[in-house]
Amino acid sequence: MDLGAINPAVLAASLMVAATPILLAAIGELVVEKSGVLNLGVEGMMITGAIVGFAIAVETGNPALGFLAAMAGGAALSLVFGILTQVLMSNQVATGLALTLFGLGFSALIGQGYVGVKPPALAKPDLGPLADIPVLGRVLFSHDLIVYLGLALVVAVWAFLRFTRPGLILRAVGENHDAAHALGYKVVRIRLAAIAFGGACAGLGGAYLSLMRVPQWTEGMTAGAGWIALAIVVFASWRAGRVLLGAYLFGGVAVLQLNLQAAGLAVPVELLSASPYLVTILVLVIISADRGRAALNAPASLGRVFHASS
Amino acid sequence: MIRLEKRPQPSRAWTVATPLLAVALTMVAGGLMFALLGKDPVVAIRTIFWDPLFHEQFASYSRPQLLVKAGPLILIATGLSLGFRAGIWNIGAEGQYIMGALAGAGVALALYPLDAWFLFPLMVLAGALGGWAWAMIPAILKTRFRTNEILVSLLLVYVAEQVLASMALGLMKNPEGGGFPGSRNLQHYPAAANTELIAGTGMHWGVAAAFIAVIAAYVLLTRHILGFQIRLAGQSPRAARFAGVNPNALVVICLGLSGALAGLAGMFEVAGPAGRVNIGFNQGYGFTAIIVAFLGRLHPVGILLAGLLMALTYIGGELAQFMLGIPSAAIQAFQGMLLFFLLGVDVLSNYRIRLGRRRIA
Amino acid sequence: MNRRTLLASAAFALGLAGAAAAQDRVKVGFVYVGPIGDGGWTYEHDKGRLAVEAHFGDAVETVYQESVPEGADAERVMTQMALSGADLIFATSFGFMDPVINVAQKFPDVKFEHATGYKRADNVSTYSARFYEGRAVQGLIAGHMTESNIIGYIASYPIPEVVRGINSAFIHARKVNPDVQFKVIWAYTWFDPAKEADAATALIEQGADVILQHTDSTAPQAAAERAGNVYTFGQASDMIEYAPKPRISSIIDNWAPYYIERVQAVIDGTWESVDTWDGIAPGMVGIGEITEAVPAEVKAEAEALIAAMASGEYHPFTGPLNRQDGTPWLAEGEVADDGTLLGMNFYVEGLTGTVPQ
Repeated sequence: MDLGAINPAVLAASLMVAATPILLAAIGELVVEKSGVLNLGVEGMMITGAIVGFAIAVETGNPALGFLAAMAGGAALSLVFGILTQVLMSNQVATGLALTLFGLGFSALIGQGYVGVKPPALAKPDLGPLADIPVLGRVLFSHDLIVYLGLALVVAVWAFLRFTRPGLILRAVGENHDAAHALGYKVVRIRLAAIAFGGACAGLGGAYLSLMRVPQWTEGMTAGAGWIALAIVVFASWRAGRVLLGAYLFGGVAVLQLNLQAAGLAVPVELLSASPYLVTILVLVIISADRGRAALNAPASLGRVFHASS
Repeated sequence: MIRLEKRPQPSRAWTVATPLLAVALTMVAGGLMFALLGKDPVVAIRTIFWDPLFHEQFASYSRPQLLVKAGPLILIATGLSLGFRAGIWNIGAEGQYIMGALAGAGVALALYPLDAWFLFPLMVLAGALGGWAWAMIPAILKTRFRTNEILVSLLLVYVAEQVLASMALGLMKNPEGGGFPGSRNLQHYPAAANTELIAGTGMHWGVAAAFIAVIAAYVLLTRHILGFQIRLAGQSPRAARFAGVNPNALVVICLGLSGALAGLAGMFEVAGPAGRVNIGFNQGYGFTAIIVAFLGRLHPVGILLAGLLMALTYIGGELAQFMLGIPSAAIQAFQGMLLFFLLGVDVLSNYRIRLGRRRIA
Repeated sequence: MNRRTLLASAAFALGLAGAAAAQDRVKVGFVYVGPIGDGGWTYEHDKGRLAVEAHFGDAVETVYQESVPEGADAERVMTQMALSGADLIFATSFGFMDPVINVAQKFPDVKFEHATGYKRADNVSTYSARFYEGRAVQGLIAGHMTESNIIGYIASYPIPEVVRGINSAFIHARKVNPDVQFKVIWAYTWFDPAKEADAATALIEQGADVILQHTDSTAPQAAAERAGNVYTFGQASDMIEYAPKPRISSIIDNWAPYYIERVQAVIDGTWESVDTWDGIAPGMVGIGEITEAVPAEVKAEAEALIAAMASGEYHPFTGPLNRQDGTPWLAEGEVADDGTLLGMNFYVEGLTGTVPQ
C-alpha cells in the first residue's frame, strides 16, 4: 500500500472535473424543481446533449458550437416534457421517465455514424502565472472553460433565486402555483422557461462528457450520471450552494476510491465501488438528522399538476 | 382560443378511448420514424403490435412470453402504486428486486442440493424479506432522520448492483463453473426451480403472484381502512393527520410492501426465467415498473393492462429488430413516443376542450 | 414426451416450414449483449457480421439483435430467431451460455455458436480468442517504454479472462524490465467511459506512464494524451485515432475469419460442434500497428514475440512460473494447460494486491 502516492491537490483538481457533468445537470434541475416541476428525464436530456454536441462539434470542427448545440438539443427535448406536463397536464414522474427512455433511443439513432470518431478539443484557457501558484494553481487554475462555467452557473443561480425579482417569482410559482396565478403570474410560461433552462444545463453536462471528459461517442455513455444529478438536487435540499457540495462530495469520493485502489488499499473493491453512494447517503442522513435546520426544503408544489381554473 | 375545462369527474368514455387514441397516434408518429429509417412503416407497426399475438409462426411462443415479461413489471408496479398514492416515493425498486433475488437464490444455493418440499416456499419468504429489508433502509432513515426517501432508495440501487456483482463473483459463484462468474442455474435444481405451472402458458409462480397482488391491491384500496388512509394521505396530508393516520407508520408500510413485492419479483425471476445470479441480472424492471404504475393511473387493473402493453412493445420490438433490421435504438425511441402519447392524451379524460373566448363570470 | 416438449416440437415444425418457405438462403442470426454503437465488444462482433454479408452476398441473410440482457430475454430472442428460420446463431456473450444450451435442445437442427463459454452440445460450438497473446505483446512493449516503472491497468470485473490478461502482460513486462510494477484498478463496470477516464487519471497521477486497459472506451487514451508522456494501447478496436501517441499498439478483436468459416461450413453441410480458442496465428487476435513512438529495437522484439506465438513455438504461460504466494505453478519449460487458463483466478508471483473474490 502506498497512500503517499495520492496527492491531495491533484485529487482536488480531478474531482472538479469529475463532478462537472453532474454539477451542470443538477444545477439546471434545481431551477426546474424550484419552479415546482419534477423532471426525472435528466439522463435522457444529458445523453441527447452528448450526441448533439458531439455531432455538431465534429461536423463544424468547432467545439464551442457543439456545446451551444448541446444546450439547444437538451432544451428542445425538455420542451417535449414541458408541453406534455404543463399544457397537457400529464403526470410528471412518468413523463420524465419516458423522456429518459426516448432520449436514450433517440441519441443512439443520431449517433450511429459517430462511433470511433475523435472530436475536436476545446482549447484550455491559459491563466498564465495563476496556474503556476503551488497547490492552488493546480486545484483552481488548471481547468477548461466548462468547469469554470459550471461554478459560475452555481453562483448565478444562487444569486438569481435569492436576490432577483424573477427568482422570487419562480420560487413563488414553485411554492404555491395557485396563489402565484392569482397574483397574475404566468405559471405555465415560467415553468416552461425553467424546464428549458434545466434541459440546456443537462445537455451541456452531457456534452462535457462526450467532448471533454471522455471524449468519445458511445451509446448510453452517460451511464447513469443523470440519476446522480437528480439525487444531488435532493441531497442539496434545493439549495444552489449545496448542489456544489453534493456534486463535489460524490465526484470526490468516486475519484478517491479509484486512487485508493491504485494505491493498493486493502479494502474490498465492491465496497470501494459502492462508497460514493454510501457516503452520499450517510452525509445526507447526518445533515437531515440535525433538526435545528429546516432540512425539508422541497418546493411545496413540486410535482403537482397546475390547472388555471379561473 | 382553445382552453381546457376540468371535468367534475373523469369521463368514462374517454378513459377507455384515450389509450386507443394514443396507440393510433403512436402508429402514425412511429410509422413516420420507421419510414425515415427506410423501413416499411405498416410492416413495422404490424410486427410490433400484431405479430407477437397472432403471427402464425411465433404467436404460440410469443404470447406466453408476454406474461413472463409482464409478470415482474405488474408485481413491482402494484407495490409501488400504493406508496405513490400516499406520496411516498420509492424510486429504488430495482435495488429491492436485486436484493430479493439474492436472498431467494441465497437460500437455495446454501441448501443445495437439499431436495425438500419446503425449499421453494422458504425462497419465496426470503425473497420478500430481502426486498423488504432493503426498502426498510430508506423507510427507517425517513422516519428517524427525515432523510429524503427518493435519494436513499435511488442510490441504494447502485449499492445493490455492487452487492450483486460481489455475489456473482464470490460467495454465490458456481463451484462447478470453472472459475467463471455467476451462480448455479436454479432451473436445473428442481426443488428450487420456479417452473411453468401449466406448460406452454408462460404462467409461473411470479405471474400468479402478480395477479394475486393486483386483486389484493384492489381489495385493499376499495375495501380496507389502510387503503382509505393511503388515498387520504396522498390527497391531503393534513387531513390524514387529523383523521388519525400515522405518517411514519404509513411510510414503513408502503415502502415495506413495495420492497417486498419487488423482492418477490426478483426471486421469481432468478429461480425461473433468468435462472442464475449474474452480474447483469437486473435489467431495469424496477424503473420500468414506475412508468407502468403511472401508465395504469396507479389503479391495480390499469397497472395490469399497462404491464401487458409494455411487455407487448418489448417482445414486438424484438421481433421488429431481427425481422426487419430496425435498430434497438429506434424501438426505444418508439416506446418513448408511445408513453408520451399515452400520458399526453390522458388530458381528454380529465378535461373538456373548449373553443372560443372565456366567458366572464 | 411431455406436453412441454410436444409444444416445443410443434413450434419447431412450424419453424422448419417457415425456413423452407424462405428459399434456401442460409440465415445467420447474431445475438449481441450490448449496442452496436458501444465501439468495442459488440461493435467488433457486428463488423464480423458485416464481413459475412460482404463475403457471401445473396447466398446468406444475416439478422441481429442488440442489447439483449443475459437470461430469460436471451432465451426468447434465440428461440424467436430459430422459429424465424435461422440456420446458424452466434451468441456473443458469456452470459448467454445456459440460454444457448436450452434453446439448442429445442431446435436440434439449428446450429449454435457461443462465444467465451464452456458448455457444448451436438449443435453447440464454442469459440473464444486467446487475447492473452496480445497482452504478452503489450506487456513487453510496456516494460520497455515505462520510465517510472509503474504500469497502470484498468480492469473491468475480476473474471478469468481479465485476470489472465493481467498475468500475461505482467510476465512479459517483468521479463524485459525486472523493476516493473503493476497498479490495477477494478472499474466494476463493463461500460462507463467517465469512470474509465477517472481511473486512467488516477493511475497517471500515481506515477503510471503506461496504461493498459481491459475496458472498451477511448477515455484512457484521451486522459493519456492530455497528460503528455503516457503510452496506451487500443482495446477491442484499433483506436488508431490516438496514434502514433499515446496509442502505440492495440489488440483488435477480429471475428470475421471465424464467422465466414463457420457460415461456409453450414453452407457446405460440414458444420460440426467444435471448441475453438484461436489466437494471433489465424488472426482472431489482431495486433494493431506498432507506431514510430516505439524504438525500432523494441518493435523488432515485439514482432519476434508475435511471430513466435503465431508459429506456436512460444506460449506466453511457459514455466518457470510461481503463483503470487510463491508456490510453484509451472516448472521450467512447462506450458499452462487450457483448463487452468480458462478458469484462472490467481495472480502470478510479483503482482501486488489481490484478485477480488
